[in-house]
Amino acid sequence: MTDNPSTSGGPVFVPEQAGPGSRVPATSFLSVRDLQVHFPTDDGLVKSVDGLSFDLERGKTLGIVGESGSGKSVTSLAIMGLHRTGQSRSRPHISGEVVLDGEDLVRADADHVRTLRGRKMAMVFQDPLSAMHPYYSVGKQIVEAYRTHNDVDKKTARTRAVEMLDRVGIPEPHRRVDSYPHEFSGGMRQRAMIAMALVNNPELLIADEPTTALDVTVQAQILDLIRDLQKEFGSAVIMITHDLGVVAEMADDILVMYGGRCVERGTAEKVFYEPRHPYTWGLLGSMPRIDRDQTERLIPVKGSPPSLINIPSGCAFNPRCPYADVPKGGITRTQRPELTQDDSRHWSACHMSQEERTRIWTEEIAPKL
Amino acid sequence: MLVYLIRRLFNVAATLLVVSVVTFGIFFAVPKLTGSDPALMYAGRETNPTALAGIRVKMGFDKPISEQYWMFLKGVFAGRDYDAGTEVTHCAAPCFGYSFKSEAPVWETMLDRMPVTLSLALGAAVIWVIAGVATGVVSALKRRTAIDRTVMIGALAGVSLPIFFTGMVAPAIFVYGLGWLDVSNYKPLTEDPLAWLNSLILPWVTLAFLFAATYARITRATMLEVLGEDYIRTARAKGLKEGVVIRKHALRSTLTPVVTMFGLDLGGLLGGAVLTETTFNFQGLGTAAVAAISQGDLPVIMGVTMLAALFVVLANLIVDLLYAVIDPRVRLT
Amino acid sequence: MIRRKQALAITAVIAALSLTAACGGDDTKKAGGDKGDKGYSGAATGVVNASDAKGGELKLWSPQDVDFLDPARAYYGFVWNMQRLFIRQLYAYDSKPGAAGTKLVPDLADGEPVLSNDGKTYTVKIKDGVKFEDGTPITSKDFKYGVERVFAQDVLAGGPTYLIDQLDQGQKYQGPYKDTDPDKMGLKSVQTPDDHTVVFNLASANSDFKYLLAMSSSSPVPAGKDTGATYTNKPVSTGPYKVESFASGKGATFVRNENWDPKTDTIRKGLPDKITFTVTTNPDDMDQRLLSGDIDLAVDGTGVQQAAKNKILKDANLKKNADNPFTGYIRYFAFPQTVAPFDNVECRKAVIYAADPKSLQNARGGPTSGDLGANMLPPGVPGADKSYDPWNLTAGKPQEDKAKAALKACGKPDGFETTIAVRNNKAPEVKSAESLQASLAKVGIKATIDQYDGKLSSSTIGSPDNVKKKNYGIIVMGWGADYNSGAGFLQPLVDGSFIAQTGNNNYTMLDDPEVNGLFDKAAAAATPDAAAPFYTDINKKIMEKALYLPINFDKALVYHNPRLTNVYFNDSMGKIDLAVVGVAK
Repeated sequence: MTDNPSTSGGPVFVPEQAGPGSRVPATSFLSVRDLQVHFPTDDGLVKSVDGLSFDLERGKTLGIVGESGSGKSVTSLAIMGLHRTGQSRSRPHISGEVVLDGEDLVRADADHVRTLRGRKMAMVFQDPLSAMHPYYSVGKQIVEAYRTHNDVDKKTARTRAVEMLDRVGIPEPHRRVDSYPHEFSGGMRQRAMIAMALVNNPELLIADEPTTALDVTVQAQILDLIRDLQKEFGSAVIMITHDLGVVAEMADDILVMYGGRCVERGTAEKVFYEPRHPYTWGLLGSMPRIDRDQTERLIPVKGSPPSLINIPSGCAFNPRCPYADVPKGGITRTQRPELTQDDSRHWSACHMSQEERTRIWTEEIAPKL
Repeated sequence: MLVYLIRRLFNVAATLLVVSVVTFGIFFAVPKLTGSDPALMYAGRETNPTALAGIRVKMGFDKPISEQYWMFLKGVFAGRDYDAGTEVTHCAAPCFGYSFKSEAPVWETMLDRMPVTLSLALGAAVIWVIAGVATGVVSALKRRTAIDRTVMIGALAGVSLPIFFTGMVAPAIFVYGLGWLDVSNYKPLTEDPLAWLNSLILPWVTLAFLFAATYARITRATMLEVLGEDYIRTARAKGLKEGVVIRKHALRSTLTPVVTMFGLDLGGLLGGAVLTETTFNFQGLGTAAVAAISQGDLPVIMGVTMLAALFVVLANLIVDLLYAVIDPRVRLT
Repeated sequence: MIRRKQALAITAVIAALSLTAACGGDDTKKAGGDKGDKGYSGAATGVVNASDAKGGELKLWSPQDVDFLDPARAYYGFVWNMQRLFIRQLYAYDSKPGAAGTKLVPDLADGEPVLSNDGKTYTVKIKDGVKFEDGTPITSKDFKYGVERVFAQDVLAGGPTYLIDQLDQGQKYQGPYKDTDPDKMGLKSVQTPDDHTVVFNLASANSDFKYLLAMSSSSPVPAGKDTGATYTNKPVSTGPYKVESFASGKGATFVRNENWDPKTDTIRKGLPDKITFTVTTNPDDMDQRLLSGDIDLAVDGTGVQQAAKNKILKDANLKKNADNPFTGYIRYFAFPQTVAPFDNVECRKAVIYAADPKSLQNARGGPTSGDLGANMLPPGVPGADKSYDPWNLTAGKPQEDKAKAALKACGKPDGFETTIAVRNNKAPEVKSAESLQASLAKVGIKATIDQYDGKLSSSTIGSPDNVKKKNYGIIVMGWGADYNSGAGFLQPLVDGSFIAQTGNNNYTMLDDPEVNGLFDKAAAAATPDAAAPFYTDINKKIMEKALYLPINFDKALVYHNPRLTNVYFNDSMGKIDLAVVGVAK
């Protein structure tokens, strides 16, 4: 697997409209193509993720940003193949491709995907208190993760667990290995969770809101830890968050999701300094900034996220868009804006002209941030 | 932990003491207040006044109730003396007295009948826990499928049908109809294990059916709830096989309410599975209690009540201890 | 003033009977009268499957536990039947069908008793070669000791106490346990001049005394083996079987007694090798086992449950193994004369005439549950006449005109109000009460039914004060004889000297010098046969006074395993005689 050299250029984004035959470049470590995750419910089809594509290379970090319900967590679970476990009745329809290291996980045998979970790809969840089993000691849970994929005896596994706890900065790991999750503080639990995720040196780490449940100082420590570990293990990381601030310093690339679709993506630099989508502007406005007085903040995005059932045609963001009334040169409201490449490393999906958006950003938004 | 245990055991003793006072009050004092005479109950039927007076002295009914209660307590812990006619017999502790009716020592009667009730209750318990939890789990995993619906209808039937109905139907089908089992009466395990098994299968299944149904429903509901927990998703994310996820992670959490219920159910049953014992003609503690009540056999009523109370209280304690073993978050303080 | 305190509540015996007594049953008319089936009720009149083949295990079941195996304490009729297997008395009912079964023959006694002292002294010789189960010869002292035990009512409560009243005579003997005599032979009225002779001195002549000697309570008990209150768990055997094990509420096992010599015993055959007795809590299950041939006999003798009853009567193959014998019980209503207006004979007559006998019979379970009642002396008792029917009850119809006439004569032409007392735990009795209530309503008598706790009957209806207080004008009850004589049956019910403050059975509170005198005359008669006409008379007297409304002469539908041999119903107890039953062909 390691004979797949990572490219130096970071994630490569390919337009969704890529016709048949334009296959995944062999160089991408993780390549998601036109991913659709649709949940059939009694009220109708919930299109949680509706045509998402991106690539990620080893050693790089992709930040997926969006409000709750935007489909970012569903995406991560789809990559992990976790939608295919459990009860068959509640499983969503998944289509598209999730190619990890050359293997399409959507079409792969479910049990094979299971062997990849926790080993090749691992996940850190939002609330470590509920995400760790309350009845098993932290050590046992790490040992279990390790022994599932490594044929070692319990003692070796325990040594490994202690080592991992030590590595993620748990004091007195020899003692704490036998502690139960409820005996840890929130930050410690998250460290333990990360230790559990990294115990098998995964090549892909998905962190789903890893710091949301933590207070600010601990948040920073955890983010530092993930960054350090990524460097050390060389993993590809997907950081899922509703808070652009979290990924600001970590992500190489940022993908902004809205209503199950990607509305903007590009390098962190581009998305932060030349955002092209009104929704991204809103997110930027909601970022708490230490150098600014909180009262000056923009009220970013009015309204609530769209229902994912029977999404109307046209721009999903339209009802909340402050610029919905800006003339768009003959484009009707029922037309959906497609993701278009603005320049080599920047895509966005908006009916407004690029010039108009550059103008609004530079003249109206940026000065207020 | 030790302090906790001591305190709980103290509570057990206190509870039993209260139960004994209440039972003693109901069965010895109240009849006296309402005018019926325990000596008459001992005599069984009308007898002459001299004889009644003799009985009163012999059984201590002539003494104040508080003193009679004290004699009872003393008997339980230190033994007491009775005049059996030929000689004064010492009833060694734990002495619950002698049956009014058969003159058999109550404690020995209970010891004699306990294996029956134990065999019945424990055997049925094993079946209902395994069957109930298994069907509950399957039902939860196959939610909204035909399997789930069939199992749950079966469970509804189990909860709704009374023992004396299933207890009549089951032998009619399996013994007299299909002839799969022999007609039999309870045989002690120590005498003939096969006959013991043969005699117990139907009662076990009948009794277990009732309980299994409840357990299946509880298990299913809890399992569905647990399967939605974050830590189950985590377990799957670790790459555990689904079987391991269910067994090691989901089931363990599911068992918590099941254990609580189990302790109480079993504790209650050990005091006598009255209906099942009656239906299948098992001479256990339950039938002893029923017979004793219908005959006004006070010492037996007292003994069985105390024993049943002991079982329930102990079962409660064990459940609480077990709870702490299952769930490390529970602290015994 | 004999037998003053003999008022014995045989309620337990009746409880045993009624507990399982069938109820409902409407279409049994045809089946009950059908004599076409060969074998049906055959054992009620003759011996079925006569055989002397030994071996096998006789499996007896009962939904009713035994009361005591101790001969001094047993009082249930079926236990007395079971005791025929392992204990003997001086005299016993012969093991023969029909009237012969009601006759007493010498058992451990060597010949008939010799009466002297105007019939007040009974001298009985004991047979040679009779032994206890351990091989010790049975002596006169053992008989005396057995009788003495009955006096120890504080330790050995439960059994009949007739002997105390006959033999105490002012000594106030407290039983052997409080006896100051070193040999415990302190009872003066029983003498043992030698080991083979026992002499009973009665207070007054009593032609029924032999019946008392035939009761279990007169059995010999070896003083050295007496364990007092716990003797019930292992009584010493003198019969063909001995108690191997006994657990109250569970059952018992009887095995052969090697020291029983069949040559000394003309009554028992001792055919099965082993006899097991099992108490069941589920009578329906017992019936099922019985019909499937898994067990041999429901020894309680109260008959099968309704479900099995229907099955048996519809199936000729089953029916031929069933019998419908008299149980020796009468079901009846009694009218306490202390409660107005039942002090007036016309008002009592009104109730009798108003009743619907057929409906009452149905309330008890139809014709198989008993023949329509006519008088108060059950068939089989010397002096009984089943056809004696002064109130024309066997016509089976209510006689409303006569009832109304009686009401007018009573001075209550518009009827009156009264209360029917009935045990709450006896469904057929409750139904009987309801039937009577409905019939009475038709002639303007408004009866309220009071269901009292059946366990407390001796202090509710058995207390004359309470009866008066509660205004119990009508009492539902059932009665069976302790021993097979008119006195055994009737005296507790109608002899004025039997009125007691609790446990009273003389519910009508009859204290009539003429009736009391007839009992004395009967007692003074030389033999039971000579006494019989007096009981016929008593029966007539009480019927004419309209004190009782008989419901039925009780019958039971009893099924036995067809493999049983020597099956017959002994008329003295209305049960299949265990003394001769075998299981091998």
